Amino acid sequence: MKPFAYQAPGDVVDAVRSVAEDPAAVYLGGGTNLVDHLKLGIVSPDLLVDVTSLTSAEITDGDGGGLGVGGLSVGAAVRNSDLAADPRVRERFRVLSQALLAGASGQLRNMATTGGNLLQRTRCVYFQNVSTPCNKREPGSGCSALAVPGRPAPTHDGAGWTRNHAILGASEHCVATHPSDMAVGMAVLDARVRVLGPDGERVIPLTELHRLPGDAPERDTVLEHGDLITGVELPPMRGRSAYRKVRDRASYAFALVSVAAVLDVADGVVRDVRVALGGVAHKPWRATRAEEQLRGAAPTPANFRAAIEAELTDARGVDGLDGGNAFKIPLAAATVTAVLRDLAASETGDPR
Amino acid sequence: METELTLRIDGQDHHLTIDTRTTLLDALRERIGNTSAKKGCDHGQCGACTVLTDGRRTLSCLTLAVTQGGAEITTAEGLGQDGGLHPVQQAFIDHDAFQCGYCTPGQVCSAVGMLAEYADGWPSAVTEPGTTAELDHDEIAERMSGNLCRCGAYANIVPAVQAAAPRREGTNAGGAR
Repeated sequence: MKPFAYQAPGDVVDAVRSVAEDPAAVYLGGGTNLVDHLKLGIVSPDLLVDVTSLTSAEITDGDGGGLGVGGLSVGAAVRNSDLAADPRVRERFRVLSQALLAGASGQLRNMATTGGNLLQRTRCVYFQNVSTPCNKREPGSGCSALAVPGRPAPTHDGAGWTRNHAILGASEHCVATHPSDMAVGMAVLDARVRVLGPDGERVIPLTELHRLPGDAPERDTVLEHGDLITGVELPPMRGRSAYRKVRDRASYAFALVSVAAVLDVADGVVRDVRVALGGVAHKPWRATRAEEQLRGAAPTPANFRAAIEAELTDARGVDGLDGGNAFKIPLAAATVTAVLRDLAASETGDPR
Repeated sequence: METELTLRIDGQDHHLTIDTRTTLLDALRERIGNTSAKKGCDHGQCGACTVLTDGRRTLSCLTLAVTQGGAEITTAEGLGQDGGLHPVQQAFIDHDAFQCGYCTPGQVCSAVGMLAEYADGWPSAVTEPGTTAELDHDEIAERMSGNLCRCGAYANIVPAVQAAAPRREGTNAGGAR
């Protein structure tokens, strides 16, 4: 690990200035991802600026802040475990509490912050292994999941281990997925991210925070160097919500596919529906096509399935040494259908 | 780069000059001589390094020591009081809840932290929303999933944790931090 200086400034503006002025400076939150990356040699900053005691660790009701009654404002330093256990989050935003509890372990949730969780990086094995080419870690070096340089051309699309990789929005340069559960739960809630940069504060819709890889997979988000996430705003939500995660182990594993959904049924039709998918793309994937198709429709399993299948029209599996990831397409369709079906049943009081 | 720091470990202050790259785990083991926290994976995947930070279970391998000035760190070594064992430690012995023992201090610290979280009413991923969880096998397995045991002593770890579970009395797991 390369030597680095450590600062814990007393003021958030000073912190932003320190990082903005130094291209090799980074913010330190809970450290659960960054400290691991320091050990792995994925990053080698010369300055760590600790912001855990600079941004708010409070969850406040949004009534006074223009969010509307029922909304919540979450400080960037709120730990994942506190956010998951907060009675208001459990009552009003069940999907978010469930998403948080589906992620990581008890110890990690006690450490990880709200801001840091959003900025955690992919767990793609090639990104994390500095001895393998990776366009995200080293732009232009190639993608080991798609093709391994020096190896005879594969007879299929893929060349690496792709089980945990993307089926939507990937590019020829990168097929990594974003690993956060929390971000998927927030994407479905139309959360907004407060960002403080060298030029002041701005608010970014959470669904626009993370990028698709395109030809610049080294950029996970739209944030510029020096930008600091100071909090997340959760607008009031109508309807019922749920999160379901499918993974290779019962606990403590990243998602193969996860689904966050909000459903509001009135007069026998879908008044509002929102669906976000995790484990399938470089960002939390809002299924806007499925949502549009379902608004005003009857909340039936057949309609749910047709809508998510329309959403997945562009989904594409990547072959791989491990059998590839095409299985995620029907898995995503089935999981979305099941989550919406259960939400619809609970809305109408059906026993299932 | 070196920095000066006071770490409070198991109720005792330790003044150190350390490299900023030092993890809390390495500071404990290599500088302070407290080897109860174990280095398993050193990447936050196994839980063997679990300690309590201001009463909360955390991973010392992913914690930079330099961030811990002013924190109250408790390791498995400091859990007992007046020379006796902590009830969770005693339960692990009573239930033969280990084989090689390498993961045990982390398991014990994690269980102590987890029981405090449970006492404060925290849900888990398997808790039916809107209900109060009973600390049954599934709840313990889920809440303890961050601690791996390569010997596979889970069959006795789960009953040990269950036996050590106190009545629902609030500790401070949900305290402000």
